[in-house]
Amino acid sequence: MITFEGVTKRYAGGTVAVADLDLEVPNGEITVFVGPSGCGKTTSLRMINRMIDPTEGRILLNGVDVATVDPPTLRRGIGYVIQQAGLFPHRKIVDNVATVPHLLRWDKRKARERAMELLELVGLDPGLAGRYPFQLSGGQQQRVGVARALAADPPVLLMDEPFSAVDPIVRTSLQDELLRLQSELRKTIVFVTHDIDEAIKLGDRIAVFKVGGHLAQVAGPATLLADPADDFVREFLGRDRGIRRLSLVTAGEVRLRDDNLIAERTDVVEARDRDAPWLLVLDKDSRPRGWARTSELPAAGTMAEAALTPYHGFGRDDSLRGALDAAVLSVTGLAVALDGDGRAVGTVSREDLLGGLHG
Amino acid sequence: MNFLLDFLANPENWSGPYGIPQRVLEHLEFSGLALLLAALIALPVGMLVGYTGRGAVIAVVSANAARALPTLGLVVLVVLLFGVGTTAPVLIPLVALAVPPILVNTYEGVRGADADLQDAAVGMGMTGPQVLFRVCVPVAMPLILLGMRTAAVQVVATATVAAFVGLGGLGRFIIDGLQTRDFSSTVGGAVLVAVLALAVQGAFVAAQRLLVSPGVRGQVG
Repeated sequence: MITFEGVTKRYAGGTVAVADLDLEVPNGEITVFVGPSGCGKTTSLRMINRMIDPTEGRILLNGVDVATVDPPTLRRGIGYVIQQAGLFPHRKIVDNVATVPHLLRWDKRKARERAMELLELVGLDPGLAGRYPFQLSGGQQQRVGVARALAADPPVLLMDEPFSAVDPIVRTSLQDELLRLQSELRKTIVFVTHDIDEAIKLGDRIAVFKVGGHLAQVAGPATLLADPADDFVREFLGRDRGIRRLSLVTAGEVRLRDDNLIAERTDVVEARDRDAPWLLVLDKDSRPRGWARTSELPAAGTMAEAALTPYHGFGRDDSLRGALDAAVLSVTGLAVALDGDGRAVGTVSREDLLGGLHG
Repeated sequence: MNFLLDFLANPENWSGPYGIPQRVLEHLEFSGLALLLAALIALPVGMLVGYTGRGAVIAVVSANAARALPTLGLVVLVVLLFGVGTTAPVLIPLVALAVPPILVNTYEGVRGADADLQDAAVGMGMTGPQVLFRVCVPVAMPLILLGMRTAAVQVVATATVAAFVGLGGLGRFIIDGLQTRDFSSTVGGAVLVAVLALAVQGAFVAAQRLLVSPGVRGQVG
């Protein structure tokens, strides 16, 4: 646990970067510091490993005041990842990753083995170990940066806008990779970003800073989107925070209807009796084939002969946003819930999806 | 051209205490010693000033002022101060000549080491000297070597002044040739100095390959 107790950073000339910050960063979670530039988020992060010392107040790392620890010793026990990766250009990738183990005077072979292990962990080809940083893409360099921070297995990881210099596609994959790593490693991560979407995607908890170094709100992503503390937070979250909230709720909880599912061998006469404008026709394995409009069914025969309109499905693990997307895409206004084997479980309308959000 | 052939073809010029091999050795001895002394002064000062940023103005201004000193005038001045018969009249001006390029390049190289790089190094728990020697200096190595090379070439070319104050080196051929109107000696000496300077330049280019990481050179192999 990292605890900020009344921490203020004032620069000569009177500029206040961080003002009387009280904050707890719980162990084993990702806490995101987010806010516009000049809000003190990076300064706050850098005070944890004493790259900057506070003017007032103190910071405790698992109960120990960091000001009492020799800075290099403190920093060797805390992983540190920065924006441009900051890899050492004169060192091979493997030696970059082994930087902290070398500083801690690990046995050379052990340090090397650990570095190779980490390259694999962050999803890099171990064949890159002998390359130099300039031979790697920006995304690969950033992965090396993460591997380097993890090398000595520190319990705490500080990440200062680590993904903001790469293109959006690479950024998304790096974010997914971080979440995957975190589900295995359970580190205490402090992550600084100015990108609210990144904060919502990665954060277990989000601390929103406003200019002048004041903490505006600390909350989980769902609470933050549903219940912003003030106008500043509301504005910072942006106009589409309602839609974004949908991506935080899984679709597994929505109530489904199944009275509009129909097997293709069913007779059309029986089908017409169903009280539904659209019927989802299923094959013999219960997999959906498409929608049939009840008013346009053939005069006789089975449902297999009905004209079909494409359906759009979602999985139980998808977000509400994914389910809503499927419902919006379909002319029927209905999304089809599928189980892991592609069988239809039920359907849900746009209205019911949105209703579930407030229920 | 004939002067040069006469000079090189004369077997007397190839042996004994006044022969070419001996003069080349003397020349390299003055030059090497001057370069070593200059490096011992300029490298630490350049690194320290570049890394801390303190005293940068003083260091660079005095280094550039030293560049403006006329070497021959300095030789005469040191002779007046120390008398003939020591190597000081040669070494002091040569050191004064070699310090500025080494100091300025080292300073610029270390100072120019990327701020992100230093931030990462400090943030991972390197101490000040570790950041300087494990990160800044290796990254600055191409510039540092360039400074050393510039200094070395200048020193080798200028070490001919040793002859003015009765010392050896390749300058002897030039001075003695002028005084005895033996122009083949003068031309030969001048050409030898030029060749030696080029050889030194070549040696530094080779050293560059050994001392600069392929990662910094930006090419592998």
